[in-house]
Amino acid sequence: MMRSWLTQHRFVFFLTLRRLFSTPVTSLLSVIVMGIALSLPAGIYVLMENLQSISGQTASSPQMSLFLKLDAKKDDIESIKQRLEEDPQIVSFQFISKDAALYQLQQNNGVTDIAAALVRNPLPDAFIVHTLEGAPEALEPLRVAMQKWPEIEHVQFDSAWIERLNALLKLGRFVVLMLATLLSIAIIAIMFNTIRLQILTKRDEIEISKLMGATDSFIRRPFLYFGTIQGLAGGATAWFIIALAIEAMNGELAELARLYNLDLHLQHLSSGDSISLLLFSAWLGWLGARISVASHLWQIEPK
Amino acid sequence: MIKFKNISKRYPDGYVALNNIDLTVESGEMVFLTGHSGAGKSTLLKLIAAIERPTSGTITISEQNIAQLKSGAIPYLRRKIGFIFQDHKLLFDRNVFDNVLLPLQISSFDNKAVAGRVRAALDKVGLLKKENALPITLSGGERQRLCIARAVVHRPNILIADEPTGNLDVEYARDIMAMFNSFNQVGVTVLIATHDASLLEDTQHRILSLKQGKLAA
Repeated sequence: MMRSWLTQHRFVFFLTLRRLFSTPVTSLLSVIVMGIALSLPAGIYVLMENLQSISGQTASSPQMSLFLKLDAKKDDIESIKQRLEEDPQIVSFQFISKDAALYQLQQNNGVTDIAAALVRNPLPDAFIVHTLEGAPEALEPLRVAMQKWPEIEHVQFDSAWIERLNALLKLGRFVVLMLATLLSIAIIAIMFNTIRLQILTKRDEIEISKLMGATDSFIRRPFLYFGTIQGLAGGATAWFIIALAIEAMNGELAELARLYNLDLHLQHLSSGDSISLLLFSAWLGWLGARISVASHLWQIEPK
Repeated sequence: MIKFKNISKRYPDGYVALNNIDLTVESGEMVFLTGHSGAGKSTLLKLIAAIERPTSGTITISEQNIAQLKSGAIPYLRRKIGFIFQDHKLLFDRNVFDNVLLPLQISSFDNKAVAGRVRAALDKVGLLKKENALPITLSGGERQRLCIARAVVHRPNILIADEPTGNLDVEYARDIMAMFNSFNQVGVTVLIATHDASLLEDTQHRILSLKQGKLAA
């Protein structure tokens, strides 16, 4: 029983391959269409994974700025230094006096004139504090505590751009999900129609098979195989499209990386994500075929 | 073996194809069904393979009520029956061998044994040398014999033929009748619908006559 079941499936598998290759242009075109449709959300996902890994590297040591009140005395500065040294969450800190800050400002192109026009130094003394690793939320209690120290005007996270990036990535993830949903529906629709046309051309075969005692699952099987194999091929095409795009972009990035003296290098999908892409695309093909078969086969009843 | 009880078949347009038929065909019997076209012969045969379902009445085959059969069970009923269709129902994109192979693929026979069985069936009808031919290249008589090979390849208990000698000349028709006789001799129940009176001249088998959906005495 098991052996004849395997024989049947092997037979249908090769039958499906023969059918795919018997109409090479049509098969190739629909595989390419599926590949392009899948490469869009998957490609954006790859870019985001890469962005995230870059932001992950930079965000490894969170940084805060402590601004002192303008009338803070030398003693106050010393006592804050002491407190910072004692806090276990703080890895290192750096004092920037108001004079040093003004000097920095004066060196800055564009604002030189403004700085020169200042009658008196409006800048406060400040500390730049590096804390232990952690999400901004985890460091919030520390920020609140420091805010309450004497002679502290304001404490702020300097990780705002990372937060912005994270918000952007969140938006990106949403876009990927939306695109993936829409294009998945499109792929299911494409497969639905492909199988519908196939069922129409195989009308006689289906009718005769039913007359010879074929079960519904026997009749469904070649169409489901067809959908699954085409879906899988579409997923593989998407994978190669992304690989080519990454190859091309890495060429461009190498130039940029050299100018900024950075290690910029895009990575392809991880092997786990690649397998997920292939399984998902195969599933989409199967699903489109399954819906099509369910809505068309019952119409073919022998008379 | 095959038992019709109060069988009627009325089509949705109101046409009554069969009207209150009672009929018993014993296991291993060979029966002819005659009547004008439109008398209900084809409908009666199709009811046995559940291709048509009766409007009322019961049909039992080996104690199983076909009239009430669930659609999931119909394929397994059809595998016990060899059906020779009036319009042949051959697959024109497959060669002779593959046409005969189809019933075996459907009922999941082991791949190694099937080729032998297909050739045995083709040999019985004298088409062994044409196994690679496409049906379109066969003559009318050869196509009919191909249908017979396909109907018997899975060794059914019941063989049903709808106008098997339809457009054939007398010589061919005799050949084909001889084949049915030989199947019947090995125990197969055979039902043949025909309006060809010449087939019935020297038969010892039972002849049932249908007239406007009713069995005539």
